[in-house]
Amino acid sequence: MSFEYAPAPESRAVVDIASSYGLFIDGTFVEPEGGKTFKTVNPATEEVLADVAEAGEPDVDRAVAAARRAYDKVWSRMPGSERAKYLYRIARLLAERSREFAVLETLDNGKPIRESRDVDVPTAAAHFFYYAGWADKLEHAGFGPNPRPHGVAAQVIPWNFPLLMLAWKIAPALAAGNTVVLKPAETTPLSALLFADLLRQAELPPGVVNIVTGARETGSLLVNHPGVDKIAFTGSTPVGKRIAAEVAGSRKSLTLELGGKAANIVFDDAPIDQAVEGIVNGIYFNQGQVCCAGSRLLVQESIADELVDRLKRRLSTLRVGDPMDKNTDVGAINSAQQLERITMLSQAGEDEGATRWTAACELPEKGYWFAPTVFTDVHPAHRIAREEIFGPVLSVLTFRTPAEAVAKANNTPYGLSAGIWTEKGSRILALADQLRAGVVWANTFNRFDPTSPFGGYKESGYGREGGRHGLAAYLAEGSAL
Amino acid sequence: MTASVSSATSDARTGADGSSSDTEKVLARARDVVGATELDDTNLARYLHGLPGVDKVGADGRAAMLGTRSIKTTAKQWALDTIVSMIDLTTLEGADTPGKVRTLAAKARTPDPSDPSCPRPAAVCVYGDLVHVAKDALAGTGVKIAAVATAFPSGRASLDVRLADTREAVAQGADEIDMVIDRGAFLAGQYSKVFEDIVAVREACRADGAEAHLKVILETGELATYDNVRRASWLAMLAGADFIKTSTGKVQPAATLPVTIIMLEAVRDFRELTGTQVGVKPAGGISSSKDAIKYLVAVNETLGEDWLNPDWFRFGASSLLNDVLMQRSKMRTGHYWGPDYVTVS
Repeated sequence: MSFEYAPAPESRAVVDIASSYGLFIDGTFVEPEGGKTFKTVNPATEEVLADVAEAGEPDVDRAVAAARRAYDKVWSRMPGSERAKYLYRIARLLAERSREFAVLETLDNGKPIRESRDVDVPTAAAHFFYYAGWADKLEHAGFGPNPRPHGVAAQVIPWNFPLLMLAWKIAPALAAGNTVVLKPAETTPLSALLFADLLRQAELPPGVVNIVTGARETGSLLVNHPGVDKIAFTGSTPVGKRIAAEVAGSRKSLTLELGGKAANIVFDDAPIDQAVEGIVNGIYFNQGQVCCAGSRLLVQESIADELVDRLKRRLSTLRVGDPMDKNTDVGAINSAQQLERITMLSQAGEDEGATRWTAACELPEKGYWFAPTVFTDVHPAHRIAREEIFGPVLSVLTFRTPAEAVAKANNTPYGLSAGIWTEKGSRILALADQLRAGVVWANTFNRFDPTSPFGGYKESGYGREGGRHGLAAYLAEGSAL
Repeated sequence: MTASVSSATSDARTGADGSSSDTEKVLARARDVVGATELDDTNLARYLHGLPGVDKVGADGRAAMLGTRSIKTTAKQWALDTIVSMIDLTTLEGADTPGKVRTLAAKARTPDPSDPSCPRPAAVCVYGDLVHVAKDALAGTGVKIAAVATAFPSGRASLDVRLADTREAVAQGADEIDMVIDRGAFLAGQYSKVFEDIVAVREACRADGAEAHLKVILETGELATYDNVRRASWLAMLAGADFIKTSTGKVQPAATLPVTIIMLEAVRDFRELTGTQVGVKPAGGISSSKDAIKYLVAVNETLGEDWLNPDWFRFGASSLLNDVLMQRSKMRTGHYWGPDYVTVS
């Protein structure tokens, strides 16, 4: 007898998608001056979801000017306790409208509805709740007695967690008293535009948050705008480097959250069934399109074969397909371009001699899909052990001793996250000290909480988001009065 | 040092060759798996403590994730029928009477008088002294008779008493024996005592040509940690359990989804190592169809279809059946029954 799960699709009727969207500037949606637009598609079906405005130079000017006005006249003068009320209101509205946001995020991004419903949207709301609490306590946050906001923050966010990255950026910025111009990624603008609608519902004063959509050009106009005081970017390391070069020598303060090639280290005394789950969460969560993904599995050689067998058995039960089905575990790749990169790097893995294994699963004909894949016989010299693939592709390497595990884990230009699996508490503490990664998870992976700072070492960027540390990016240290 | 297994079990032996050679096979396999000639506390502890640990946060997280599966329409229909067929319909009260057991048996014979296509539950589970009543009432139905034995639920009696309890139930015609392990001995590290008890009860189940299946109740609520659940599962399987069962239903917490998943992982790994398939029975506290479906999902995604039938997975429950029947009728007729439309037992 076999247990076939019948389709359990979430309703897409819970959210209204307009045929076209303008820019959200000074509290209203406006048309771009140049009239240029681009299309956003559902990556699971390649269906066009909406036409979205592409902000040009005059639009970015308008947005920055609106943010400046709101900063000077309203937001910087408002007591922290009043700012907190707006943030709490935004958090509550996000929670209330969570189903709408979850469905829209899944349609625009391709991630499974289970993930947007259970992770992205609730964690986004949690960030607003958390930073709302800080807004009237900034003088106790450890940045001097009178910390000051920077002014206008330009924020550029990626497509992998569109709403959650928006929350990571906007919540601390507003709590600290900054105003914001945010640019969502060009392939996933819709949840930010729905969020703009939510801001109107929350009656946030006009200009405090402005959302300009567009591609790389719009982002570049925004970060180079002379009216911007602070830049926060999450995305690829090459773009992060370009931004750092562009703002060098300016007064702008910069935080970057960039790529990663995290090591997930499994020792022979690990809780093995949970380690297998952790590996799956580490690299197949969000189709592996996660900057902190556990893309390198470092497993102690003595248990490598057994662990890989167990992993493959587990991967065979992953449900790949329609992201709107509530039982889907692995959804669509976000874009044709990203799919091409994953395909190219996986081919490089094969060409360089690693052994490729792919879970048997039927992929839909339309849309951008990549089956969960494991490479064994991977060595540190291989491209798939060094370059960020940003897809559901795991590279398995082995080690013999704790010292070798640390050496291999740190042998990367990145340093965003790492995982340690062992039942030995002392080893967890010792290794966490030696791993050059901003986040080290012990016996878990890819867990996010607004109270915990997140950010990188080395080419994974600088600055922290989340927790008390996350406020630092949006505050200039105050001096005693 | 505890006595060796062979001397402890020789008392219990009935003299029938069949059962003693069966015991030899079980012991030989256990020695082989443990990698020791003596199955004493030290060697058993070395083996059981060498099993991979269970991380509680991760295990709970996995259970919570499986609990989000959305089982609808045809899948739900299939699941509800399968759940009915896996139920051990249970009454284990001090106030149980022949009348009560006959009522329960009638319910098992005809779970839903309005729907002859409704499957029957797998078994009726009663105290040993009422086995003959259930046996008479269920003759010809295919519904098995399960009896709790071995000084259920505490197990706090001498081995002789517990074996006598078992033999009586088997002699009355019980098809299945649900025994309890000595949790005190387990928690005291006397693994060989727990092991020998199970071996002896298994012998009693198979004595004189009987073929009663042995379900071993771990009473996971008293073992407390997930590591203990995994170790007790392996100990019971090594000693020849046909089924491992979570709970008596008399201790809280009874069955939980994470504990059941840990036991599912244990039977999966045991079959991979030894080739022997062992069944799993969560019992106690599963009263809604929604909860039962989560367990079925867990079986499906941990073990697959080999375990998705009443020979290998059971629910120990009393009130679950009526909830499933109400859900079945909802799917059939499109509206809910009130509780007055399902029969009480």
